[in-house]
Amino acid sequence: MTTEVGSETEVKEKAEETATQPDQPEKATEDNQEVANTENATAEGGEEEEVVVEEEEDKKEKDGKGISRFLPPWLKKQKSQGQVVANETSPTNKVISEATEEEEAPAPAPETNGHIEEVEEKEEVQSEEVKQKEAESTSNASADTQPATEEKVTESTAQSPGEAKSATEDVKEEEQQQKKNEVEGKSTEPAATGDGKGTADEGLSSIFQSPLRLVRRNKMKLVVCHVALLDGTDFPCEVEKRAKGQFLFFKVYEHLNLMERDYFGLTYKDSHEQRCWLDPTKDIKRQIRSNNWQFSFNVKFYPPDPSLLTEDITRYLLCLQLREDVASGRLPCSFVTHALLGSYTLQAEHGDYEPDQPQPLDYITQQSFAPNQNKEMEEKILELHKSHRGMNPAQADTQFLENAKKLSMYGVDLHRAKDSEGVDIMLGVCANGLLVYKDKLRINRFAWPKILKISYKRNNYYIKIRPGESEQFESTVGFKLPNHRSAKRLWKVCVENHSFFRLNSPEVPPKARFLTLGSKFRYSGRTQTQTRLASSLIDRPAPNFERTSSKRISRSLDGAPVINITEAGSENGHEPHLELHSDSKTAQVEIEETHVIQEVSKETKPATVTVTVSPSPDAPEGVALQPEVREQEVVVVVEEASDTATRARQESVSSESESDEEAEYQPNLPSPISHTLIPEEKEEEVEEVEREEQGEQEKGVEPDPITKETAPHPIEASQSAQDVEERENGAEEEKGETDDSTEDPMMTPDEVPNGHALPEEEAPGMAAMAEEEEAKVNGESPMADSEPRPQVICCSEPPVVKTEMVTISDTFAAQKTHITTKEVPIVHTETKTITYEAAQLDNNGEGDPGVLMTAQTITSESLCTTTTTHITKTLKGGLSETRIEKRIVITGDSDIDHDQALAQAIKEAKEQHPDMSVTRVVVHKETELAEEDE
Amino acid sequence: MAGFGKFTHAVVRGIPTSLAKEALRTDQLDVVDLEKAQKEHEVYVDVLREKLGLQVIQLPADESLPDCVFVEDAAVVCGDTALITRPGAQSRRNETVAMKSALKEMDLNIVEMTDDNATLDGGDVLFTGLEFFVGLSKRTNQKGADILADAFKDYVVSTVPVLEGLHLKSFCSMGGPGLIIIGSSELAQKTLKIMQQMSDHRYDKLTVPDDIAANCIYMNLPDKGHVLLHCTPEEFPESSKAFEMLKDYILIPVSNMEKGKVDGALTCCSVLINKKAHV
Repeated sequence: MTTEVGSETEVKEKAEETATQPDQPEKATEDNQEVANTENATAEGGEEEEVVVEEEEDKKEKDGKGISRFLPPWLKKQKSQGQVVANETSPTNKVISEATEEEEAPAPAPETNGHIEEVEEKEEVQSEEVKQKEAESTSNASADTQPATEEKVTESTAQSPGEAKSATEDVKEEEQQQKKNEVEGKSTEPAATGDGKGTADEGLSSIFQSPLRLVRRNKMKLVVCHVALLDGTDFPCEVEKRAKGQFLFFKVYEHLNLMERDYFGLTYKDSHEQRCWLDPTKDIKRQIRSNNWQFSFNVKFYPPDPSLLTEDITRYLLCLQLREDVASGRLPCSFVTHALLGSYTLQAEHGDYEPDQPQPLDYITQQSFAPNQNKEMEEKILELHKSHRGMNPAQADTQFLENAKKLSMYGVDLHRAKDSEGVDIMLGVCANGLLVYKDKLRINRFAWPKILKISYKRNNYYIKIRPGESEQFESTVGFKLPNHRSAKRLWKVCVENHSFFRLNSPEVPPKARFLTLGSKFRYSGRTQTQTRLASSLIDRPAPNFERTSSKRISRSLDGAPVINITEAGSENGHEPHLELHSDSKTAQVEIEETHVIQEVSKETKPATVTVTVSPSPDAPEGVALQPEVREQEVVVVVEEASDTATRARQESVSSESESDEEAEYQPNLPSPISHTLIPEEKEEEVEEVEREEQGEQEKGVEPDPITKETAPHPIEASQSAQDVEERENGAEEEKGETDDSTEDPMMTPDEVPNGHALPEEEAPGMAAMAEEEEAKVNGESPMADSEPRPQVICCSEPPVVKTEMVTISDTFAAQKTHITTKEVPIVHTETKTITYEAAQLDNNGEGDPGVLMTAQTITSESLCTTTTTHITKTLKGGLSETRIEKRIVITGDSDIDHDQALAQAIKEAKEQHPDMSVTRVVVHKETELAEEDE
Repeated sequence: MAGFGKFTHAVVRGIPTSLAKEALRTDQLDVVDLEKAQKEHEVYVDVLREKLGLQVIQLPADESLPDCVFVEDAAVVCGDTALITRPGAQSRRNETVAMKSALKEMDLNIVEMTDDNATLDGGDVLFTGLEFFVGLSKRTNQKGADILADAFKDYVVSTVPVLEGLHLKSFCSMGGPGLIIIGSSELAQKTLKIMQQMSDHRYDKLTVPDDIAANCIYMNLPDKGHVLLHCTPEEFPESSKAFEMLKDYILIPVSNMEKGKVDGALTCCSVLINKKAHV
């Protein structure tokens, strides 16, 4: 609301946002909540057209709104009084802020009020959006974000109004306090420390908290994660025990001030000492399976041409990774190359060779350039160093990369395996495909276009090869991995690499990116093309960063220096604006997370059909709808299949990774021939009974032309109970967010191009609510964030056929989703299926076992986009629930008959999934100006 | 890739009289005219030295090594590194001794193939400027290829089966950056497909009717540009025409009639080295 006034322009925007947001966000949240409740399908007249069915939420929201409105901004801003105080007193005290953050974090857990939390989440989301907006506006991002949170807080406070000062007794109180604090912080911060670091920190903290909050609904136990950064430093940060991977990602990205993020990832060592990639969409705790919260920040996708990276800081980080790769021997190179790379490293870190330096060899010997470094090499390095005189650090890095990228094993991720005859080989996954090595020799190569399907079963790994010119039949090549875990790991890496590098084909329209639904996965999974596009929109002064040879040295000598989060902010030395950007980014990211969560929540709920209709030409709509319906059907089918398979899956449900014994991934490129079926692992099971019930419900519901208002099926309501509610709430929140985004007048098209995507864009955006959010994010920082795409495989096939394919792919049982790409016959339709690894919903205290999310996005240009998300959850008692969420986005210039579209979609869904019932239908209508997205 | 084909030195070796009767050969059809062969070789060396201006190091022939003229099989040189091979034919193992000392004198980093199970003939090694292809043939085995990969770590080393014929380069060679000259036999074409499949890079191809005519020597010399030494019209009239398609090339037909009888190809008779002036 007006609390944000602290910053000038920002203040305005914030104020607007806040003013509008409070209502909108609240509404959104309400909507979300409603959705989440799902009990009653009530159609609320959202700002635009959203039909959410939760009365309770509405009430809450209303209350919240009211409260928030009345609450003083300062109260709202500061989440925790302590923080507020800290900010006020010493805004720059990172420590304090951190402390406050911590306090905040714990507080939410105790509260445990599903509603409140949900609200908070929503708020957070909103706040994030707000932040984004703010960032866009360039006002204090933190303040903006805070307002949102404040609002949320206010909502929560509304529930328990009044008492918010002393934190920690009642959760509600705490929450309220936090909210108040936040509010205060906002008000105070902007005024007092508007540009101060303190605000930034707060913003960060709040941002971070939000995801955490989302995740946590129960107890909030904090854990300190240690992330080994590429410069050798250790970055400790507190994370709620149930936080998803993405939360940690954001913290690290934020710390690094990194915008081109999609090339990077976090690794951990599993119980078998194997390095695994942390899945941003899943709970950290469930992945690490131990109390060893140690992570490593690494390059995940080595860009084939680093010169195409936008920012020097990204190249620098890539350099650091490669230096480590080279020094460790993972990236083999010759003596001469070692020396050359080392000389560029020296040039980048030390500048010109100084003949006066007393003992130049000293600092060289302290640095590790090669596994077998010796005097001769060091002398050669020095000699070459002399020849680089005048080269600035960025140039030296570029030269380093130009030489490193040509190395034979650059970007190749090796996995031990045996061939069909039991001979030891190595399988290398890289940008171009799958490589087979025997010792140091490449003995075979399967380019991505040649691979029709990737799958694994137990410890067997298979690839189906497209027949050659003279061949008639597809062939399948099998390899044996040491165990099923390694087979799965390899499979995952393949799916990810294929998606990242292969989907950037020109055939994929930029819109597709937007269209892709966002779950964390898609965010993390943005394809290279998308990432490039996004990074091309980066608009910030080149961030200052310090090349830390000294640190590396010190690391080797003393151990890694520890940097606090707060320090990070200061270290980055970004200007407030920059920080804001980063904040906004983070905020965006968070939003994405929320989206994910929401999606998940939706998923957990009985099958939810979200139909988003944006004005579009009728004819196109019809076409689009059909495909969409099909998709839905597909989804349904999947569910069914999952049901059957569920049994087995259920067994494995508990442990995602372990449980999966099989998975398939059929990467099909947009080429007409290819069908994309990517059966994924069975990690997640399908809820059987519940689903069936749901299915019934769905059926019942479906028949009705469910308009936006289509009341949620009674059954849904029942399902909605407990977890469902929470999830639903999350979903609602998501919806709310999306709604907010669309609704928020604040969002100017320019600012939040993605968020308020133009009608056309919206369609895609609509398809993926998350996307929209992301888009918003993009708007703020056109960074990669905006275009999130996880593993996506695009295939073009006749829609119907595709659908069938999808059905087959039901194997998706695995958490990883299959992505089916379909092209709509009419116009150019590109269908992309995105597979998300199981996104974890908020866990109820239990920690839901595996939640599988499948998101399928079909994007047709200017037509409609459908996103389907399958979530399978195992409930207490060994039952599993499968929910299918389908989002249809129709974009068009003309009016669309929403009712008709809805009815058709529902009808088809029913037909396809007779066992399922339609639980919820949410219609979200966005009529907006086109914003540019990436 | 920029420096592909740039050479400053060439190592060659004289023809021993034992070549005519004792050299290994895949067929016994034609009798080698030793005098002609020696003349041929003189012309060959002359082209390298006089026409192309390379510094030629000529090793003396060794009568106990009838195949010693085919120096290519004894060493693989890329950049500053020279891999002394372990030729697949027992009778040729000692050819590496003189080669090694010669390369050592040129201040190259010498890598030796000490593994007793490894065999490698340089004729099975195709360096494209971007990567190596090593033919697994009667003369070259996996282990030898692996050692080569270890010697040239910067490059991808892919293996391709050579089921017939002597060497990988018995039916192919590089005709320029990104250009593979390939014979038209089924074997050659099949092998090319494999190479293309194995590579991350795209190569153009120039198909010539005769497999052995596909063995050419490409250089990119400072004041001459693209240079290609190829077969003469007398030997392979059809194939020699094919090279006329290469525009902006200096085409130099070099006779290989006699040496070809004992499976010697153009590339077999020299080891080309690019010795950069010291920085």
